[in-house]
Amino acid sequence: MCDTCGCNITSGNQHLLKPGGKLSIANNGVSSISVLKNLMSENDQVASHNRDHFDKNNVLAINLMSSPGSGKTALLEKTIQQLKERYRIAVIEGDLETENDADRIRKQGVPAIQITTGSACHLDAHMVHDAVHDLSLKDLDIVFIENVGNLVCPASFDLGQHLNVTLLSVTEGDDKPSKYPVMFRAADIMLLTKTDLLAVLDDFDTKKAEQNLRQLASDAPVIELSSRRGDGLSTWISWLHKQIEEQLTRIKNGKSLKPNIQKEGVQLHSEPSLPHNSLKQNHT
Amino acid sequence: MHELSVCQEIIIQVNEIAFQNQATTIESITLQVGPLSGVEAPLLKQAFPFAAAQTVAENAKLVIEELPVVVKCKLCGSQSTVVPNKLICGQCGDYHTQLVSGDEMLLASVELTRENKLAEVNNV
Repeated sequence: MCDTCGCNITSGNQHLLKPGGKLSIANNGVSSISVLKNLMSENDQVASHNRDHFDKNNVLAINLMSSPGSGKTALLEKTIQQLKERYRIAVIEGDLETENDADRIRKQGVPAIQITTGSACHLDAHMVHDAVHDLSLKDLDIVFIENVGNLVCPASFDLGQHLNVTLLSVTEGDDKPSKYPVMFRAADIMLLTKTDLLAVLDDFDTKKAEQNLRQLASDAPVIELSSRRGDGLSTWISWLHKQIEEQLTRIKNGKSLKPNIQKEGVQLHSEPSLPHNSLKQNHT
Repeated sequence: MHELSVCQEIIIQVNEIAFQNQATTIESITLQVGPLSGVEAPLLKQAFPFAAAQTVAENAKLVIEELPVVVKCKLCGSQSTVVPNKLICGQCGDYHTQLVSGDEMLLASVELTRENKLAEVNNV
């Protein structure tokens, strides 16, 4: 996308460029410069760098997002138990405080890096970059990134992952995709967790949760599972196997995959970001 | 929560533009923000003065263009303006749609005063 051929002009912004539009007028001594640059470019640059690291080392990176307490760590424990004989796994854990989750993962016999964000409500590409350097990527097949429990901010930050997994536990309500469209639109797969509790809940309709996801124009698969009882885990594990195979095929063909987040949209409208250095250069 | 870091990114990019254009002052900064971008215009406005303090954009006016959510149906081809949590076709009701507008978080344009004070227009 560039300013040369006009391919950055979309139906959303073309009115600005027409006579009388904001980008066409100039007042006394004041110049108007058209930019159309993505405001996440600094994060996205580092995210691409992280993705290159993963791809070069044949690693599949998966970002798990959900509310706090919807069962991300429990799901990872069960997943590691089922996959660790076949794949070399590591986990990057994001939390505001404590090493609790990383400790739980380490008990499963795989490396875990805990990022404590202080009061930051999401992981960003820089934090993941630092964590990635504490891992020996060449000795790994899968890196799970467990994001900070939050249905808002994590959705806006590309970390360099290949896929987004969004968990929705049945105690949270089947209307969560409608309430948090930015988050659920970013999901490559939605997992309905804690389904063993459905027996005592009369207000969570799994069909409705899926319909609410479809309303976001999402084709992402939906799996119902209970990490505690094991229901649905085999479907999730098969999905993971498929993703690992697809990742290896992509790498063989020199390709990479960006998660559902910003696959279209922003990337369509803005020009590629400035090189990292030139952004920093004149920062006062 | 991350509106301040978005504002810091705005300042980094605006600084670069000011340097390239030998500008002394940034008069105004226009952003385009869609409801699916994850940032809120009122919070950006609140955070902006903190990021802009003691920079070339210190007195700049922050203009935020809030863009509508528009989808194009992959089945019937019609385009409809929709609400952020119902991205389905307004004509046929199918959910196989492509987002045309609504997730933007862009620095759209910058108005600046150059050192030589000459009026100049950059047409696109």
